[in-house]
Amino acid sequence: MRRQQSANKEKPDMALYEHVFLARQDLAQAQVDALAENATKILTDNGGSVIKTETWGLRSLAYRIAKNRKAHYVMLDVDAPPAAVAELERQTNINEDIIRFLTIRVDEHEKGPSAMMRRSDRDRDGRGDRGGDRGGRGGDRGDRPSYRPRDEEMGA
Amino acid sequence: MARAFFRRRKSCPFSGKDAPKIDYKDVRLLQGFISERGKIVPSRITAVSTKKQRELAKAIKRSRHLGLLPYLVK
Repeated sequence: MRRQQSANKEKPDMALYEHVFLARQDLAQAQVDALAENATKILTDNGGSVIKTETWGLRSLAYRIAKNRKAHYVMLDVDAPPAAVAELERQTNINEDIIRFLTIRVDEHEKGPSAMMRRSDRDRDGRGDRGGDRGGRGGDRGDRPSYRPRDEEMGA
Repeated sequence: MARAFFRRRKSCPFSGKDAPKIDYKDVRLLQGFISERGKIVPSRITAVSTKKQRELAKAIKRSRHLGLLPYLVK
């Protein structure tokens, strides 16, 4: 609350946001960077500013989104008026290269790299995390026999 | 006399000094609070305080939206 008031004195109606978007997996890294640049341009054109751009790279998704198994993640730390964010979200919705995004208001931006950057290195090296996930899936595969009745129907 | 079913009261993992900050980007942290099936584990099992459980649930849901965590694991 206090931050908001002090911000109001300098520049009216500005707020801090975190904007994460997911780009289609078959884009090149350069195209993803262009998307981030485009987002930055939309914000600056509407009186906002991007404090930090963090590229998380191509990560595998927990589930398929718009037929993608992987996606390029980019996060922007933003200080902008709500109208700029609304405009960014409007244009992001139209853009077919961006399959999903999330904008949340934050009281303050994290200093230094986010949790994602701290952990992602470890994720990439020791795939233990992902392997465990796969193991879990394999374990649950035992449930499938419940589909059997359908086989019988097809046979009959 | 020792009570047979005495259980030590566990404290909330997000309270106290150097407790981790609940963040939707911290997948590794959040993964510890979802079941093998991908469900959010109730706070009575994880001993997370009510306030932090609300925060945690929100973070997990944000993380799911971004495809960082599964909605369900079949």
